[in-house]
Amino acid sequence: MKESLSRNITDEPGAEAGLSWRRLLPTQISDLISQFAAAGALIIICIALSIASPVFLTLYNLFNIVSQTAVTAIIALGMTFVIITAGIDLSVGSVAALAGVLGVKMMVDLGLSWPLAVLGGTLVGGLAGLANGLLITRARLAPFIATLGMMSVARGLVNIITGATAVFGVPDSFRLLGQGMIDGVPIPLITLIVLAVAAHLLLSRTRLGRYTYAIGSNEEAARLAGIRVGAYLVAVYVLQGLLAGFGGMVAMSRVASGQPNFGDGLELDVIAAAVIGGCSLFGGQGTILGTLIGAFLMAVIRNGAVLLNIDTFTQSVIIGVIIWLAVIWDQFRRRRFAESTR
Amino acid sequence: MPSTSMETEQSPIIRLRKITRRFPGVTAVAEVDLDIYPGEVHVVAGENGAGKSTLMKILYQVERPDAGQIYLNGEPLSFHGPHYARALGIAMVHQEFALAPHLSVAENLFLGREPLRFGFIRRRRELAEARHLLEQVGLNLDPRRLVASLSVAEQQLVEIARAISFNARVLILDEPTATLTEQEIARLFEVIRQLTAQGVAVLYISHRLDEIFQIADRVTVMRDGRVVATLPRAELSEQKLVQLMVGRAITNLYPRPETHPGPVLLRVEGLSRRGLLHDCSFEVHAGEILGLAGLIGAGRSELARAVCGADPIDSGRILLDGQELHIRRPADAIRAGLAYVTEDRKREGLALDLGVDQNITLASLPVRLGLLLLRRERSVALHACQRLNIRTPSVRRKVRLLSGGNQQKVVVARWLETQARVIFFDEPARGIDVGAKAEMFALIGRLASEGRAIVLISSYLPELLNMCDRIAVMREGRIVGTLSRGQFSEERIIALATGASEVTIP
Repeated sequence: MKESLSRNITDEPGAEAGLSWRRLLPTQISDLISQFAAAGALIIICIALSIASPVFLTLYNLFNIVSQTAVTAIIALGMTFVIITAGIDLSVGSVAALAGVLGVKMMVDLGLSWPLAVLGGTLVGGLAGLANGLLITRARLAPFIATLGMMSVARGLVNIITGATAVFGVPDSFRLLGQGMIDGVPIPLITLIVLAVAAHLLLSRTRLGRYTYAIGSNEEAARLAGIRVGAYLVAVYVLQGLLAGFGGMVAMSRVASGQPNFGDGLELDVIAAAVIGGCSLFGGQGTILGTLIGAFLMAVIRNGAVLLNIDTFTQSVIIGVIIWLAVIWDQFRRRRFAESTR
Repeated sequence: MPSTSMETEQSPIIRLRKITRRFPGVTAVAEVDLDIYPGEVHVVAGENGAGKSTLMKILYQVERPDAGQIYLNGEPLSFHGPHYARALGIAMVHQEFALAPHLSVAENLFLGREPLRFGFIRRRRELAEARHLLEQVGLNLDPRRLVASLSVAEQQLVEIARAISFNARVLILDEPTATLTEQEIARLFEVIRQLTAQGVAVLYISHRLDEIFQIADRVTVMRDGRVVATLPRAELSEQKLVQLMVGRAITNLYPRPETHPGPVLLRVEGLSRRGLLHDCSFEVHAGEILGLAGLIGAGRSELARAVCGADPIDSGRILLDGQELHIRRPADAIRAGLAYVTEDRKREGLALDLGVDQNITLASLPVRLGLLLLRRERSVALHACQRLNIRTPSVRRKVRLLSGGNQQKVVVARWLETQARVIFFDEPARGIDVGAKAEMFALIGRLASEGRAIVLISSYLPELLNMCDRIAVMREGRIVGTLSRGQFSEERIIALATGASEVTIP
């Protein structure tokens, strides 16, 4: 009995093989299934587009896709954490604009070097995230409400500060962040990869990541297990703010100016990326890899639509349908797993 | 069954014949025969789990009986659900009220059958009728008030008003006094007497002895799903009632663990929480199993939660090994070596979408340099699964997919990883099958014999009588007595828990 039991428990593919590919990927099999769905869709669409358009599979076009979606994807890394806690952050677009414009003004008005200004803009985003986190944990506002307010406050502030006009006069070197290349590889791509790997490690290999899942799966159980739920929730919203701030700086760099109207509606793209990638709005589920796939799925569809001369309105319809399908799939998956417990 | 005067005068309004309802693993109601007469208050008494509530739900057609027949005025009834029961004049007020708190009293009274004219609600007519209904239950309040602003007792009377507005001839009240004060109970009883004077039959579920003797015309005692007796109140004494409720020879389903209580490990002094706990003091020795007995709502879970930091306390001291602990949140209690295995493992115990391994290590994550030690986590989980015999095809399996017994063991495993020295088990056998139960109690015995202090909360007395070295009994937020093993008897515990006076405690 004892023998068969221990064999049963370890009897899992890849369990013995030290550092197998499985160990680098998310551990939950059902997450893998949902990612395969999104990844499968991504691959099929890529194949279809490379047949339909000769331009699609060129390096230039692929880098173009990456550069265009980098900001969304960077901010979506944070949204993955937020949604896994069963929260939401509607303020990321406004916060990115506020942080980006303030970062630009640090260069233009204060004469800061661009790396310092990028750091400054990122920290502005972090402050907004801190405010969100405290509103949620201390003032006990629902995340939807807290961040809805922040969305309005941050957008208002950036327009007050700039008089609703763009800020010009950034040093040329600042363009490097959003437009530069290293050995022909766009810097936004490199940045995204570095941040995504870091976010993946944070989510799967640290206390913060584990507690993020635990809080989203069952907040009361997490609290009774001794987890300081409030502190970790604040940390998650600060992380989201930092990433929104940094994403705002990348976006400003791409246009080499401070645009107060940047990021209007960006929060919806970011949330869509996470949801398409398997994050459940009920919490407890989601992965960085999934979110990246979700972000790129949307980017590739938009890119393909441009290549095939499909207008933006139709693109919008297609994206909407994809969101529905992703969530229907997610619910189907949940039901099936729930049934198998009986 | 002794005959009553009523049987000669009237025919029963409700006759239950051979009603049986089985749930997986348990027969909740077994071949119950019951006659209810118009104008009587018929108390259905019994311990937790005796089948009272299930029987009432069958009568109200919430539960479908597996066998048996219900007759209303001699006519056999078919089963169509509570709507049908209500149309026939059978109404039920549940333990948890079914009122919409954000609607007004009048709106609640006529929810789903608003008086309409041309598609518009006739508000004035609704209010007038609502006032009339409220008068009937002796409630003098403005029907425009929101239900949320009413006291629990007022809400209950609104529920009763709603029930009689369907011209109820049979009114079922499921433990209506659980949350009421003495005056509110007196008022409720007055309303009940008025209703019975009008010929309404009232079925009243309770296990509070004092009430039973105040309000009952006849009493039916249930035990293990069966009716053991139906007697007029005059033929009952408290002593006899308790004996009927307990009745069974105490069987030895649970292996009596070999415990060797050592020195006092945990001592709680004067713990109070406003409205819930009043000056609770107790101590548990190392290697001892202390039982916490009491009726549902007596404050047993609240006491465990307060000691373990899950709820705030207003006053009181908690000492471990003679050192006072300052517990503000669960983390403090866990660090000190206390653990609370919650009553509702799905709602409060487990992160159901996380794996077995992640649930086991949730309170004791192995971390080095900020990174989780995943291999270590895995070996910890594997070891725990073997030690506690948790049956799962993989330690990564989502806890949601495990059986109740295995889920419970995962929770216990988590607390063993925190090196807990005092473990509170709140209804550890709830919702798990018989085999898993025996295993769980064997495990609890083993944990005690290893020198841990165990506090065991259970509503099922045989569990406590077999497992515990001592049993503390709670009533209305107070510890009203502590029995040592030589003093154990179901009668004594029930007497303490219900506040019966006739059974004296030496």
